[in-house]
Amino acid sequence: MTQSIDKYTTYATDFAAMMQAPRPGELPWLSELRSSAWSRFKEIGMPVARRGNEKWKYTNVAPIANSTFRYAADVDSTRIISRENVVDNSPWDENWTNVVCVDGRYSADLSDRLVENGIYVGGLSDVPDSHAEVLRAHLGQYVSSDEDGFVALNTAFLHDGVFINVPEGVAFPEMLNLVFISTGEEGPQVTYPRVLIVMEGNSSITVHESYLSLSEEAAFTNAVSEMFLAEGSQVQHSRLMQENDLTYHVGVSRVYQSAYSEFASCSFSKGAKVGRSDLHVLIDGPEAKCTLNGLYLTTGSQHMDNFINIEHAKPFGTSRLLYKGILDGKSRAVFGGTVLVHKDAQHTDAQQTDKNLLLSEDAEIDSKPSLFIYADDVKCGHGATAGHIDADTLFYMRSRGLDLETAGRILIQAYAGEIIDKVGPDRLRDYLDQLYSGAVQTPGIALKGIS
Amino acid sequence: MIKQTGAVAPLLEIRDLHVSVADQEILQGLDLTVNQGEVHAIMGPNGSGKSTLANSLAGKPDYTVTKGEALYQGTSLLALEPEERSRLGIFLAFQYPVELPGVRTWQFLKAAVDAKRQQQGEEEMSARDFDRLLREKTKVVEIDDELVRRAVNEGFSGGEKKRNEILQMAMLEPNLALLDETDSGLDIDALRIVADGINKLRRPDNAMVLVTHYQRLLNYITPDYVHVLVDGKIVQSGGPELALELEAKGYDWIKEPSSS
Repeated sequence: MTQSIDKYTTYATDFAAMMQAPRPGELPWLSELRSSAWSRFKEIGMPVARRGNEKWKYTNVAPIANSTFRYAADVDSTRIISRENVVDNSPWDENWTNVVCVDGRYSADLSDRLVENGIYVGGLSDVPDSHAEVLRAHLGQYVSSDEDGFVALNTAFLHDGVFINVPEGVAFPEMLNLVFISTGEEGPQVTYPRVLIVMEGNSSITVHESYLSLSEEAAFTNAVSEMFLAEGSQVQHSRLMQENDLTYHVGVSRVYQSAYSEFASCSFSKGAKVGRSDLHVLIDGPEAKCTLNGLYLTTGSQHMDNFINIEHAKPFGTSRLLYKGILDGKSRAVFGGTVLVHKDAQHTDAQQTDKNLLLSEDAEIDSKPSLFIYADDVKCGHGATAGHIDADTLFYMRSRGLDLETAGRILIQAYAGEIIDKVGPDRLRDYLDQLYSGAVQTPGIALKGIS
Repeated sequence: MIKQTGAVAPLLEIRDLHVSVADQEILQGLDLTVNQGEVHAIMGPNGSGKSTLANSLAGKPDYTVTKGEALYQGTSLLALEPEERSRLGIFLAFQYPVELPGVRTWQFLKAAVDAKRQQQGEEEMSARDFDRLLREKTKVVEIDDELVRRAVNEGFSGGEKKRNEILQMAMLEPNLALLDETDSGLDIDALRIVADGINKLRRPDNAMVLVTHYQRLLNYITPDYVHVLVDGKIVQSGGPELALELEAKGYDWIKEPSSS
């Protein structure tokens, strides 16, 4: 493995520079976390070896490892980003509580920071004393740098991001909208978005993460989100990968669920050259429930990999998973992951489904949901489908006067709608609806129907 | 045997039509002329080509016309795409209406109505006008308003699907409606509702071709002409009384001469 580090000289240089020049107000304990993560990254690097590596079997990250991405630490991008830039390019509503990070740095100008009644919403690096202990107790607890080079790298460069802490019994009324922008100001650059959400008992929030680029530069987004749900808390979570098609995006989300908690997520992807969405939910208390939905659209030569794992460690848990793909051009998508039911997780009820709509003969889907069950009294099921638009369906629509393009647009919109409709806030739903219905401009040849 | 009306081209004129599906010739030289204001019933045993006729006129892609001509208002239909035929005023009520998961019925109808208006150089219909039109037409076919808010045909009963076809026909106001086995799978109440709907849509300036295996639909809708299709050809034509004769005697007495 030592030779692999040669590839990472830019990261090493940037890491050393960052450690030598600490930012004002930086939390001292963070540098320890960073140093140990960097040491680990030096040992394991990125998962470029795929043989025998089930986690990365279908996705090649060598192009990331072989490219040079500058760390945008010193760029004061906040200066060059206007509010309009953000509003026009992301789901946005002035009534939401909006938090913006530009090139990985929390932007005080563009964000609605909130410190009241025990609630904290704001930057990770300027946490008030009242919430510093909670931050320290939870940050890095739900991800592991040991086994995952991307988590290690993100943690090595962890200096900023978003921290949300909702105290016991508080139902946060507005949508929390987190926007991560890659500016491309310095050419090809890497950003390390980081989110930590700590939900105390019986609290609830609706939170959305958007990842987008404001340039046509190549970029690497290495994102990590951690969510802790204490007993009885509820999180409605959504995530949108909408970068330009030269961007590499590796997003890791880790969710820890206590008893009676409920986690619902919708994971949307549209952009990126190579995208990876790695979501792991640990159900670590009885009667917790998670509902994971996803919608991925790939066109051209895009590659999207959803790696979703649900781990039932305690009894009476429920998990529901529905991911849907739309694949056009020569694109490729991967759906992988497992539902793991531990010995003690009796009476688990788990369903896992992945459906795919192929608009082109050249698109490819590798879908392999799987179950590992070590308890004997459970109800679990899984399935995967892939299909083209049916010729009879198209003839029916055309016989009503709709041309192929309109028929295709309506069908794709309806197909995507099943997932989009699960998103709560109207404004976000409308945004996603537009984003997906306009995405396939010229229906592929398969749209004429496979007979 | 069917009179031409003056100098006006017939609404539909089919001459010696041959149609193959998957290299098998189904229609083998069919002639038919339909004028405005007429209702024609096409009857015949299973496999005689009734549905093939309806589907070819609507432009189903896998149906290959190998010979002959089909003129609509004097112009050939054969080179036109299905959507072009629809916008010119041809409508096919499907024997097996297709389910469109997630596509709401009103949304589908709005797109269809707008496609036709666009063809005629008109603007999209306003939401308010569309709503008014839809409410008016749902009454004609006795469809529950709730049905149009559901996905097209998804989870509909057989009767609801057929009524939805008639609703679409009412919304699009075609010049030539082809109804493919619209009576199949309907109980007596549903049949009456569907037939009433069709009767209300009869006008002096449009025409209908009813494809049916059984005579019972014709108890509710009186055709001007009845044609018997056997082995891809019309072997006998007559008035409404022919349908009753078929009901009484079956198809065998007609089939025999051609199968010798």
